[in-house]
Amino acid sequence: MADLTTNFLGIKSPNPFWLASAPPTDKEYNVRRAYDAGWGGVVWKTLGSEGPPVVNVNGPRYGAIYGADRRLLGLNNIELITDRPLEVNLEEMTRVKKDYPDHALIASIMVPCDEASWKAILPRVADTGADGIELNFGCPHGMSERGMGAAVGQVPEYIQMVTEWCKQYYDRPVIVKLTPNITDVRKPARAAKAGGADAVSLINTISSITNVNLDTMSPEPSIDGKGSHGGYCGPAVKPIALNMVAEIARDPETYGLPISGIGGVTTWRDAAEFLSLGAGNVQVCTAAMTYGFKVVQEMISGLSQWMDEKGYTSVDQVVGRAVPNVTDWQYLNLNYVAKAKIDQDACIKCGRCYIACEDTSHQAIWMKEGRVFEVNDAECVACNLCVDVCPVEGCITMERMEAGTTDPRTGKVVSDDYANWTTHPNNPGATAAE
Amino acid sequence: MTNSPFTPGIAPGRLRPEDYAANFDDLHAPLDAHEALVAADRCYFCHDAPCMTACPTSIDIPLFIRQISTGTPEAAAKTILEQNILGGMCARVCPTETLCEEVCVREEAEGKPVEIGRLQRYATDTLMTQGVHPFARADATGKRIAVVGAGPAGLSCAHRLAMKGHDVDLFDARPKGGGLNEYGIAAYKTVNGFAGAEVDWLMQIGGITLHTGKALGADLSLDALKAGYEAVFLGMGLAGVNALRAEGEDKDGVSDAVDFIATLRQAGDVSSLPVGRNVVVIGGGMTAVDAAVQSRLLGAENVTILYRRSRDDMPASRFEQDLAASKGVRLVFNARPVRVTGNGAAQALEAEYTVSGPDGLKGTGETFTIPADQVLKAIGQTLQGAPDGVSIEGGKIAVTGAGRTSVAGVWAGGDCAGGGDDLTVTAVAEGRDAAEDIHTSLTGG
Repeated sequence: MADLTTNFLGIKSPNPFWLASAPPTDKEYNVRRAYDAGWGGVVWKTLGSEGPPVVNVNGPRYGAIYGADRRLLGLNNIELITDRPLEVNLEEMTRVKKDYPDHALIASIMVPCDEASWKAILPRVADTGADGIELNFGCPHGMSERGMGAAVGQVPEYIQMVTEWCKQYYDRPVIVKLTPNITDVRKPARAAKAGGADAVSLINTISSITNVNLDTMSPEPSIDGKGSHGGYCGPAVKPIALNMVAEIARDPETYGLPISGIGGVTTWRDAAEFLSLGAGNVQVCTAAMTYGFKVVQEMISGLSQWMDEKGYTSVDQVVGRAVPNVTDWQYLNLNYVAKAKIDQDACIKCGRCYIACEDTSHQAIWMKEGRVFEVNDAECVACNLCVDVCPVEGCITMERMEAGTTDPRTGKVVSDDYANWTTHPNNPGATAAE
Repeated sequence: MTNSPFTPGIAPGRLRPEDYAANFDDLHAPLDAHEALVAADRCYFCHDAPCMTACPTSIDIPLFIRQISTGTPEAAAKTILEQNILGGMCARVCPTETLCEEVCVREEAEGKPVEIGRLQRYATDTLMTQGVHPFARADATGKRIAVVGAGPAGLSCAHRLAMKGHDVDLFDARPKGGGLNEYGIAAYKTVNGFAGAEVDWLMQIGGITLHTGKALGADLSLDALKAGYEAVFLGMGLAGVNALRAEGEDKDGVSDAVDFIATLRQAGDVSSLPVGRNVVVIGGGMTAVDAAVQSRLLGAENVTILYRRSRDDMPASRFEQDLAASKGVRLVFNARPVRVTGNGAAQALEAEYTVSGPDGLKGTGETFTIPADQVLKAIGQTLQGAPDGVSIEGGKIAVTGAGRTSVAGVWAGGDCAGGGDDLTVTAVAEGRDAAEDIHTSLTGG
């Protein structure tokens, strides 16, 4: 059976599934339950400076986006960092770490952007025995308006500066958590690296308004008739997070920088995808908040089974495996020709592929007598929309055309030579193929 | 309770009051709002949906289900009612298992269709409970039309005509409108007086005057109607019943299932209705099943349906057959009645097994006897009192196109007219289409 234990920055955990800094990790009670349920690590809910803690709203903190059957696809929150006193959190962390020495415990920190504040809190965090710290430079609401969270994360120079302070006053691993609310995620990642960060974690939540209450004309979650943008997370943000992880993983300037992948991890498969794109482990929040801590058991069994099936014996062997296959559009092989193929035995004759293609794409699917749907190869550009809208898994597939056959759409013989846009005759800037 | 299921002969009050209440409650409880959302989420919004094609009234089912799932059941109801003004009743009585739900792609995919019938009921009930009638009449045309029969076909026709701005006189032989919805469907399919409430709701369109106790032939003549109105629609259904043509048919305890059902539907207190200890229902259609199941629900100890052909030939759907079986009705196939025996009152039914061959159905000579205090005949209804001069084909009024009879200015639809299955939903479609045709011919466009 595959070994799921991970060693991330020298921090060992029984598996790569950590709980992200968020409501599920705000208290000793929750964290103990999480470890007992099987979570490999926990990033404690973000600590603030000594003194009166922040306050949260006393109305709804979350908004949601649903798929069919009210399945939660996206969650938005306007909660702040921990609203419990620093001392209480530190005491609890100390007790928990003592009782769970083999599980990862990370302290998430967000204090004002001055050296004294960081210098003050870091020794106290070190005293808890926590395995490392995560700098919360991502929170997009409430704290950013006070010059913290995303307000730091959006300025690479600040990231580097604070990271340097942390490396100076703290001797365990420093993870910099990045905000997605920027244009190019490689810039803050490079800054973190320049500051000496041991790793980056991403993504934090995305600025969002999930819904508007059409009776009161107030954004949701609504507090006394008003709403504020909050941080969006859950399955809906996974594609955004995967791309940002991959961008950092394949950036020559940050190549090899350890990454903790966050953003919509809901199943073992999501986790494996993050690992393959360069994440050394994953952090989860929304799935736990939706289904409870037990959900990790499916992640563990699923990842383990898949690794066994693929012959991977350790998580390290998976990490980054898909990174070499992430490229820029201009390098995609334009000689790769595929056609949609509909499995008539699997087809349930709903006609969604047909109408999607007919109304919105290339008119490449015929609807024949008896609701038989067939692809017209002479029109099919292999766009994949039919595959995406088909309700039956595996019913429609994209089949590559063999080299030497003729594409009935273009009349051209399919070549197995690789050729991309950079050398394409239609490209004004093309360089002649050698 | 003085009697029990074991009381000999035909007797009322065989059950406790709470048993009657439970037995005649809704066959399928309505979906609540949550259940409706869950059920609606299963619809794939198919292109050119098979369910829509299977519906005799062509309701845009994917659209109305999407309207439910987005929180607008009232809009869903309007989508339904635009095509089928009796969408509320059809949601209750349609054999969806052989229509829309049979062809649902999720039936193909998972053997479990989207619950279209129950979703339709959810939508229409939502709107009707609000007392909203979502249609308004067009400007008055001043044209008057006679509609004979206030059953599904007549009601549908009258509503559509009224909506077009015409004035309609709607005649029915019975004391109430609704036709078979009011008199001929099992009580547990339309509880709480829904049939009557639906007629009242439909009449809110205005422009329709209901005249009850007026039968064609006795109180009305086609000639007079033709003279007094600019068009006539005949939708009086099938008032006659077939004879059993078996010895002893005249004995006490032998009656028509349609009368048994009508009496039950109009009874204020079902416990007062007498039912046999041993009931035999002869026939294989929905009427047979409705009569048999309700006999059991009234407390009959033994109820048997005797059908002369095989199970596969039975007009009642498999769902209805299973419903009967689940209520304790015994289904006997390939058997036909020979004689009813008894001294004045029926005591037993003698039957003979049958076999289908190239020459049709014939008896095998093997007979058996079933105890029978009560024999209910459900062997089909016939057209009664068809007006002179209107062509008849196969026992029904011959029609072409959208219900045009052989007589100019006279249309027909529903069970009395040829073409289509004898279903509520088919009658609604025919009444609606005839109304459109009448409107076109009267307004020249």
